[in-house]
Amino acid sequence: MAFVAFADRDHEQEHHDPQTFLTKYVWSQDHKVIAIQYGGIAILVGLIALGLSILMRLQLGFPNSFAVINPESYYQFVTMHGMIMVVYLLTALFLGGFGNYLIPLMCGSRDMVFPFLNMLSVWFYLLSVIILLASFFVPGGTTGAGWTLYPPQSISAGTPGAGMGIILMLVSLAVFIVAATMGGLNYVTTVLQARCKGMTLMRMPLSIWGIFMATVLALLAFPALLVSAIMMILDTTIKTSFFMPAMISAGEQLSYNDGSPILFQHLFWFFGHPEVYIVALPAFGLVSDVLATHARKNIFGYRMMVWAILAIGGLSFIVWAHHMYVSGMNPYFGFFFATTTLIIAVPTALKVYNWVLTLWQGNIHLRVPMLFAIAFIFTFIHGGLTGIFLGNVVIDLPLSDTYFVVAHFHMVMGVSPVLVVFASLYHWFPLMSGKMFNETLGKWHFWLTFLGAYSVYLPMHYLGFQGVPRRYFSMGTTDFLPESAQMLNASITVAAIILAAAQLLFFINIFMSLWKGKKAEKNCWGATSLEWLTPDQPPKHGNWGHDLPVVHRWAYDYSVPGQEQDYTPQTVPASEVPVGREHGVSTGFSFETDQEK
Amino acid sequence: MTITLIFLAVIMATLIFWLLRQTLNMQPWVSDAEADAVSGKSLKSNAQTIGLTTFLAVATSMFALFASAYTLRMTMPDWSPMNEPVVLWVNTGFLVLASIAYQWTSSVALKKNAKQIRLGLITAGIFSILFLVGQYSAWQQLIDKGMYVNTNPSIAFFYVLTAMHGLHLLGGLYVWGRSVIRVSKDTDIESIRISVDLCTVYWHFLLLVWALLFSLMIST
Repeated sequence: MAFVAFADRDHEQEHHDPQTFLTKYVWSQDHKVIAIQYGGIAILVGLIALGLSILMRLQLGFPNSFAVINPESYYQFVTMHGMIMVVYLLTALFLGGFGNYLIPLMCGSRDMVFPFLNMLSVWFYLLSVIILLASFFVPGGTTGAGWTLYPPQSISAGTPGAGMGIILMLVSLAVFIVAATMGGLNYVTTVLQARCKGMTLMRMPLSIWGIFMATVLALLAFPALLVSAIMMILDTTIKTSFFMPAMISAGEQLSYNDGSPILFQHLFWFFGHPEVYIVALPAFGLVSDVLATHARKNIFGYRMMVWAILAIGGLSFIVWAHHMYVSGMNPYFGFFFATTTLIIAVPTALKVYNWVLTLWQGNIHLRVPMLFAIAFIFTFIHGGLTGIFLGNVVIDLPLSDTYFVVAHFHMVMGVSPVLVVFASLYHWFPLMSGKMFNETLGKWHFWLTFLGAYSVYLPMHYLGFQGVPRRYFSMGTTDFLPESAQMLNASITVAAIILAAAQLLFFINIFMSLWKGKKAEKNCWGATSLEWLTPDQPPKHGNWGHDLPVVHRWAYDYSVPGQEQDYTPQTVPASEVPVGREHGVSTGFSFETDQEK
Repeated sequence: MTITLIFLAVIMATLIFWLLRQTLNMQPWVSDAEADAVSGKSLKSNAQTIGLTTFLAVATSMFALFASAYTLRMTMPDWSPMNEPVVLWVNTGFLVLASIAYQWTSSVALKKNAKQIRLGLITAGIFSILFLVGQYSAWQQLIDKGMYVNTNPSIAFFYVLTAMHGLHLLGGLYVWGRSVIRVSKDTDIESIRISVDLCTVYWHFLLLVWALLFSLMIST
């Protein structure tokens, strides 16, 4: 018998439901369990990174008041916070978590096409996290080289964790890349080959488009990090000179020759900039679906949204050197990269307009997921606009390495995706758990998070304009900085602590809802996409019971004129929709058929 | 980074062009009976072929990045070209033969002849193992001459590139081993045929990668 991927097996083929506790919940090959495993590990490691950021803020707000924070540990906190948040939390959560959960469900498959590989992916991810966290306990501790791990500093004596710390970081990244590749092969193949009948590419929800394109970027960009990690491990252990230049350390000539640190920067940012979109594109997709569902309106400009995702994906590979303006480059290259950077703002801005226009004249329900989704539009516009500042060489040079940059990337790449994570978790929680969350607690969580984030990052822009440098353990006595800068720093720290504490509300809400929450109605938000149409909630192994679904329309038929209910699920055939009103575009006027006349 | 950029430009342009062709002129908000009948498979190939093709794109990206790093690093003053061991030419011959053997196996697999499939697989495996042994002997020759990983960046690249290529081949040999066991047990020939086809593509890919890497190394 020819091989049939589990994803598109019909009822005539065996599904082999897992029977034991271990195969159901531990060594599970079910995409939903794997998604929750990915999500659980990512959130757990993210909380560690959050804790590290509070320790950093304590030093910045109240310098030298805490004995446990010294210059070495401060740099270690900075490094681990950055790397964990970008790679081990956001990338893993969006692709491994939401990707795993939503792709088969939204595409109408039973599972990923390679379930065993999918299971290996999450275990390799866990292994990478264990290796990373192990670096806290080795002599010298974790690396303190900054999340960019630039040589020669990262492996030179004097930098915290220059021995085992950096090696474990690099090994952990390599293992993570293996995990991401195994997952990525599944996501791409499932989207391309295992959609249910009628699910054309242009009927896919934008969540799937975002996750698909981000996966393509991850598959092509992560090798750059792998290549640089391998070469840097060799520079560290066997003293090759791929990146390490000839240098004197502590009065002693080291054995390195003419290695090129700039080569590392090219490789790193060749991965690093697409990484921004690896995080952003799934967020764009997910937020589009949350906005459309809770505004009861079809997404504005669906095709444009799809093409914008493709354009962003393509352009993201030719902007990397805008991270290297201060490293020095041919002015023509600088011009080229500044231009491509500004061009990529066009499809991105197009998406923002479309989100806003989706809300326009919508029947907006300000539920918790929607609040987070709208907040994302605010923070993303904010972070996007400051990105245009920094994309210009002449503005970037004076602002480089100031708190303006910190504020920019936290708004665009930290706060914005995290708001989408919360929007999505609240949105799909009833489906994942079968329980409803507490709306009041959710709204408290939202307002404290949204206002807290602005209290933390808005003042940082001002500090940046004043010239407060980033990455400094302590400012000391600096003539050009007024005393008020320190006061602002202290207030940011207080806001950050409140913001971090507010996240407890989320966990309390989730755990209380799982324990005592009321049962969620089926398709509680009145959504159109397939994941809400499974026979069971939460969906069981194989997702669809006896038969795979058949799709007859796109995922955005909200408030279709002439329809009794304000949504039409994707599985409803055209024959059940009034003639002449089968499209989902809310035009404000109605069509009359010959018969009606 | 030119090599990588060219590779990526080709990959991304192909993908985006293909996706645009699928999406242009589509009006998903309009009901379409033709679209209702679409199978949900975008390509005619089976899932494993798509999976393998995607993996080959990832591996190509990695080797292209290594090649870019190589060309960038060789412009530094300390670079001195190495004399590649002659045995590499013999090894290349082994890999060519392994590839040919796989191609032959793939053709006899169409006839579902288990004996011939087994013969072809074993021949391909033996040549592949000979290639790896030959690569190891090339390393030994370099070590005997005092040319270690940290002697010169050109030598370091030689070790790294051959190691990465060898690891990919070892991964292929794992799948090859499973195929040999399965064909010996006389199980489902159809599924073995898919495995043989995929391995054939993979071996050809590894031969092409080796040919390009070897050319890069001997020409610089």
